[in-house]
Amino acid sequence: MNNRAVITTFCALFAVYSAHVYTGGTAAPHIEPMSEKGRHGQDLFQQHNCVACHQFYGLGGYMGPDLTNVISNRGPLVARAFIASGTASMPNFGLNDEEIDALVEFLTFVDKTGRYPAEDYDVKWFGVVAQADDPR
Amino acid sequence: MTLHNDDAVGIRFIRLGLLALAAGMFFGVIGGFQFLFPDFLRELLFTKTRPLHVSLVVAWIFLTAIGGIYFYLPRQMGLKLSSVRAASWHFWIFLVTGLAILGAYLAGKFGGREYFEYPAALSVPIFLSWIMFGVNYFRTVLQDRKPWPVYYWMWGTGIIFFFITFCESYLWLIPHFRESMVRELMVQWKSYGALTGSWNMLVYGTALYVATRISGSDSAARSKLAFSLYFLGLFNLMFGWAHHTYLVPSATWIRTFAYLVSMTELLILGKILWDWRGSLQEFQKNRHCSAYRFLFAADIWIFVNLVLALVISVPAWNLYTHGTHITVAHAMGSTIGINTMILLASVFYIIREEVPQLAQAGCSRQVTSGFWIANVSLALFFGALVLAGIGKGFFPASTFQETMLNIRPFLLTFAVSGIGLMIGLWIVIWNAFQLTGHISSAIQPAPIPEPA
Repeated sequence: MNNRAVITTFCALFAVYSAHVYTGGTAAPHIEPMSEKGRHGQDLFQQHNCVACHQFYGLGGYMGPDLTNVISNRGPLVARAFIASGTASMPNFGLNDEEIDALVEFLTFVDKTGRYPAEDYDVKWFGVVAQADDPR
Repeated sequence: MTLHNDDAVGIRFIRLGLLALAAGMFFGVIGGFQFLFPDFLRELLFTKTRPLHVSLVVAWIFLTAIGGIYFYLPRQMGLKLSSVRAASWHFWIFLVTGLAILGAYLAGKFGGREYFEYPAALSVPIFLSWIMFGVNYFRTVLQDRKPWPVYYWMWGTGIIFFFITFCESYLWLIPHFRESMVRELMVQWKSYGALTGSWNMLVYGTALYVATRISGSDSAARSKLAFSLYFLGLFNLMFGWAHHTYLVPSATWIRTFAYLVSMTELLILGKILWDWRGSLQEFQKNRHCSAYRFLFAADIWIFVNLVLALVISVPAWNLYTHGTHITVAHAMGSTIGINTMILLASVFYIIREEVPQLAQAGCSRQVTSGFWIANVSLALFFGALVLAGIGKGFFPASTFQETMLNIRPFLLTFAVSGIGLMIGLWIVIWNAFQLTGHISSAIQPAPIPEPA
């Protein structure tokens, strides 16, 4: 097989694979779509570049804690207090009540998508992890 | 040989890249200390210094790899650039957009996506100038009718896949992706994984090019082993990204497949470079002293990173290492230890070829000191991050704050060694910038063809 044929085959596989990742491979049928308020919270999360310090599913900056399950672990009131007042390492971004509500709504949505870090799992002999608390 | 305008665009890209690296290191050091002392330069929040650091260092990688391609094709491969004007436009668009991005960060205007933290509108000029670059590259290399060496394929693949993955990273703007957190995260990291693969194609292509030129034989770039490496790299670029997302609740097969794909490309590249190093004659080593040294350092870092990459790609270990500073160590080891060392080798190779009368300056005591300070500091920096990651992942305290307190000594070592790394690289950059300045000052207008 010449170089061009190998590349063409790879590209075809890549297209099929990508289509699956964009659809069924990442479907989360157990979750309701994000509300309008949650989306506003997501916009605020991006506008203030919160990902520079925080993570979802361990992806993001490491200066602050992972926020995937902050709502179920610490409660919405604690989340509100942190956002409203800031901490020694996190500035107070001066958000109003409506914006804080939107951010908490967004974090509540993220909380429902799954558990991080995994708490209930089994490790197979070849290194793969079977995660019992994976909602899929 | 006289340097003409046609060859000069590449040097301009490289010199801008050197400046970006110098500035990127500076913001990295500030960010490192803000990590430990949040009140340090409070006016310049960590939310600003982190993207400033990341974007400038990524800019260094792209600018210098692109500069090398624009330089090597017309100057050493004898291929006339399809459009010098398009290459020049590419440079100016990158420069102006880059300044706009830095301005946006300093003004606190964010798009808020990891790695592309600038407002999404600023991606449009990057996107357009990349099309110009791609068209220019392919029209130029298509003049070469002989079978292509592997680095042509690698550069071309890097260009095409940067374009694809850059577009993919903006799919979040479409509601189908944005409405699902899991899909959005997965597609974001799919694009980033392949994006890193695309710049690795540009950089590793440069490494092979420089290695073959120094050894005086093109056979390493035309061998079956070289093409095997290339195809493995391509396979990895397309399908190996999901080790970033083992813990995101997506389809199990995506994660398992990524585990299988793993990081084999570095192993083969290391082998090629290792073989090449062994075959070099002593005088060749000395003649290309600095280029050789930087490639040799890249060799070492490839092996170090390969071991770490394999460890953190095993899902059972990834459970503990994911979301810790071990991931940062891997990223730093790759971008500084491998990519930066290879690109500095490319810069010093060009210096040796273009200003041989100043070659000794390229192997001067200053560059040697900078090389060692940077590499020893990087080793400390890397080790401290790994230890911090082990502390966070394997021995977490009951709260995040306590965990961070426990690993503070390692983070302090990381921040201090970051200063050493910055000083070492600044010394190298200063010398490289001055020497490339001699190349620029020798540029003459392209000869006007005589009328027939």
